[in-house]
Amino acid sequence: MGRLSVTLCGIEIDNPIIPASGTFGFGYEFAELYDINCLGTFSFKGTTKDPRFGNETPRIAEAPAGMLNAVGLQNPGVDKVISEELPKLKEVFHKPVMANVSGFSIDDYVTTCEKLDKEPQVGWLEINISCPNVHGGGMSFGTDPNAAAEVIRAVKKVTTKPVIAKLSPNVTDIVSIAKACEEAGADAISLINTLLGMRINLKTRKPLLANTTGGLSGPAVFPVAVRCVWQVSHAVSIPVIGMGGVSSAEDVLEMLMAGATAVEVGAANLVDPYACPKIIEALPGAMDKLGIQNLSEL
Amino acid sequence: MQDIVCTVVENMAIAKDTYHMSLMGSFTESLRPGQFINVSIDGQYLRRPVSIFNVRHNVIEIIYKVVGVGTDILSKKTQGDTLDTLVGLGNGYDLSKSGDHPLLIGGGVGVPPLYLLAKELLKEHKTVSVVLGFNSKDDVFYAERFKDLGCADVTVTTVDGSVGIKGFVTDALPENYTYVYTCGPEPMLKAVYKAMKTSGQFSFEERMGCGFGACMGCSCKTITGYKRICKEGPVLTKEEILWDD
Repeated sequence: MGRLSVTLCGIEIDNPIIPASGTFGFGYEFAELYDINCLGTFSFKGTTKDPRFGNETPRIAEAPAGMLNAVGLQNPGVDKVISEELPKLKEVFHKPVMANVSGFSIDDYVTTCEKLDKEPQVGWLEINISCPNVHGGGMSFGTDPNAAAEVIRAVKKVTTKPVIAKLSPNVTDIVSIAKACEEAGADAISLINTLLGMRINLKTRKPLLANTTGGLSGPAVFPVAVRCVWQVSHAVSIPVIGMGGVSSAEDVLEMLMAGATAVEVGAANLVDPYACPKIIEALPGAMDKLGIQNLSEL
Repeated sequence: MQDIVCTVVENMAIAKDTYHMSLMGSFTESLRPGQFINVSIDGQYLRRPVSIFNVRHNVIEIIYKVVGVGTDILSKKTQGDTLDTLVGLGNGYDLSKSGDHPLLIGGGVGVPPLYLLAKELLKEHKTVSVVLGFNSKDDVFYAERFKDLGCADVTVTTVDGSVGIKGFVTDALPENYTYVYTCGPEPMLKAVYKAMKTSGQFSFEERMGCGFGACMGCSCKTITGYKRICKEGPVLTKEEILWDD
């Protein structure tokens, strides 16, 4: 194992850097810029049973040290993801990839996971029960321990791949939801999805986003993410993937010290398309300064 | 797409709240009319997309209007300041469809991308007609520069009639032309769409997250499916446009 490598649910990855779902498409926009095989893996665009256009525009707004988005899970649907996106992905990425799955009913999640389970390149299924930008489903599963557990239990029945529950910070007690997912059989927890927010245009006095509200991401949410990772990783015995505003090698180390096994990088990819390779390159130097020999020791 | 740290060569006010900025950098990709750049602005998280006005050697020229905090910071940049910029974004206009006598219609800060387009069309010996619409005299910029390029005729309209023809661009369309290229605010694009007698290409504006196709922040519906304004756009053909209402 190299200095940077970590093991995530039995799969060794070269480094803990994972572009987060919704900020990396299916990889090939970034593959035009750099060899994306330098990544640990990446979580591809949130996939649903049926195709979705998502919300009306504007879907994006500036925020202090971050951004709001209300894309609303635009994706071509699982069948087209398998027939059109994954073959293209395979050409540019040669490692196990993380499939990100969303749904509006238990059946949706199950159908989508059943199909993605048959794809050899899919290494993990990341179950998004925390999208704040869709009505019905999405976050409503992730804000109640019983509903969250029900999704995870149902998905576990149709796949042998590791199942990761992606949690929302928009809850009163994230630990109880993480524990419910662990008890339901989740192999790992990833957190945090975006924080629900909104902005208003002072001139029009109307919300900036067509969806009124959106999810806050970027450095603004980093301390919230570190806190959630700390709380959850101390309460469950399955691995935790930390995300939320990670922008530098130091942020990655902080997440790992909070208890994360690996780290997802989201909004940073959008403002700097080279954010992830820069972080990977900077990690050894940042580790040297802190006397860290191998990331797996953290 | 290239990520380049550009140096500001010039940044001057040319009309009300409107600035002309020249950025020097080592651009290796050839840039097409209708493409845009995405500029990182200190203190702002998201980059700001701005269309390309002109390209010469290793200098990209942009024209932007101060509409908020980001563009206000941009307007205060001076010679020697640097800006991290993503260059060469979007599809740009397809010049091959122009016919012999293309008509270029611009409104406000939709005018800039038409300048580089006019320059390229003139290189191909086309007869280029131009109609530029502004709100008022104070907003008008660079109509004479289109004339200097060698455009056959350049008509300016203002809503209040303070200069040029009083009214909208659609009140000043010439009789004869073979194709339309346009860029401007959406109400103007809709009016042009209704008034034009040929096919054409429209450049759209949208709030963007990344500017290079990753976030799906700027998607729109078209006759030929969902498109990202930043990647499959910002230029759409008349035939594929699906208006919201």
